[in-house]
Amino acid sequence: MKLIKTYTLEININGEWKKAEVSPDETLLYTLREKLGHTEVKEGCGKGDCGACAVLLDGKAVNACLTLALQAHKQKVITLKGIGTPENPHPLQESFVRHGAIQCGFCTAGMIVSAKALLDENARPTREEIKKAISGNLCRCTGYKKIIDAIEEASQKLRRTMNDKR
Amino acid sequence: MEYFSPRTLNETLILMKKWKGKAELVAGGTNVIPDMRARAIKPQALIDISNLKNLSYIKEERKRIRIGGLTTVSELACSKVIQHYVPILSEASNQLGNPLVRNRATIAGNLADASPAADTAVPLLALEAEVLTNQRRVPIDQFFIGPNKTILKKDEIIKEIIFSKPNSNPKMGYFKLGLRNSMAISVVSVAILMEMQEKGCKKARIGLGAVAPTPIRAYRTEEMLVGKEITSELIEACSNEIAKEVQPMTDIRGSAEYRREMASVLLKRLIRKNIERK
Repeated sequence: MKLIKTYTLEININGEWKKAEVSPDETLLYTLREKLGHTEVKEGCGKGDCGACAVLLDGKAVNACLTLALQAHKQKVITLKGIGTPENPHPLQESFVRHGAIQCGFCTAGMIVSAKALLDENARPTREEIKKAISGNLCRCTGYKKIIDAIEEASQKLRRTMNDKR
Repeated sequence: MEYFSPRTLNETLILMKKWKGKAELVAGGTNVIPDMRARAIKPQALIDISNLKNLSYIKEERKRIRIGGLTTVSELACSKVIQHYVPILSEASNQLGNPLVRNRATIAGNLADASPAADTAVPLLALEAEVLTNQRRVPIDQFFIGPNKTILKKDEIIKEIIFSKPNSNPKMGYFKLGLRNSMAISVVSVAILMEMQEKGCKKARIGLGAVAPTPIRAYRTEEMLVGKEITSELIEACSNEIAKEVQPMTDIRGSAEYRREMASVLLKRLIRKNIERK
């Protein structure tokens, strides 16, 4: 019989420290969904082709299915719910709704995470830059145009809010 | 299964010795995790080297550039030094996988995985890079020995990739032909570096991906390019020669015939583009 050891993972998810017992080969995706209740992180292909499981790890958008849970030990993870909630949505989430950039909705969580990573680094992306930023996220309803429109509008709105604050 | 997260290279090497090939190194995880999922590998331990932060750097020296093995593909793609001196390497990095993968995947991982289509290997071949391990320094054209096989021994780890800065005004070009623009495994990829003199090329280096069991150099074609005026006849002759140098195979992404033909076409285009460029 093969013995699989478990290890205690300490992880900060959307600002809150959590603990979980995880095995060495367990993916961050599995831990988030099955042990910590973060079902907003979706499993599509499970091998890095679809981007449905994208999360921000230390501020960078990564596939949770291609990251070992233990590689996120003592690190900060932001999921879709950490970007905004129904009560307090992020401009990206609002504009996705307004543009009908959600059809079946399965890719949406990953799309918004990739879009958030883009806008954090580039407040004024071109449509080409937006396309590139979401090139790791598949939408099988193929509603890409609306998704790009939504991200473009959210970036404009965020810039306006920034200017108002100044 | 056990998990280790060493903080130093020395600790890592001790663990590798202890587990003698029964442990798998994990850095970005973009190859190892899908391989475990597919049961292509069944390690008894994982040695997570992602915390060896001092193996992540891009250092510009007077004559050469040194890249730490754990540098991510995103970091390579965005590096001003790489963009300035060796745009073929930033272009290839920029087209590896997708942004989510590039944020995790490392240059050493891309090389150690040794896919015949390894994206960073193709420009690194044209740059005559060397792979520095904890034991030796190996020219990259001797590093790969077969599909997913390298000369790395069980207790050997890639520390650094080193190459000389190209001489003044080199002409470089890179093209990756895939079935789509993103998340594509290349069908054929070509990188070329030409150092020019008054008449033609003083030196030519050509790296190719996905047209042989490993990423390769096209030595005979390189030789044909040197010391002659670059005429359309010479370009034609080179493109015929490269078709003989590649040993492609047929898979779901393309047939051997198509790959051979495309290697010729892409080489022609890249040489033409290079000589048109001032």
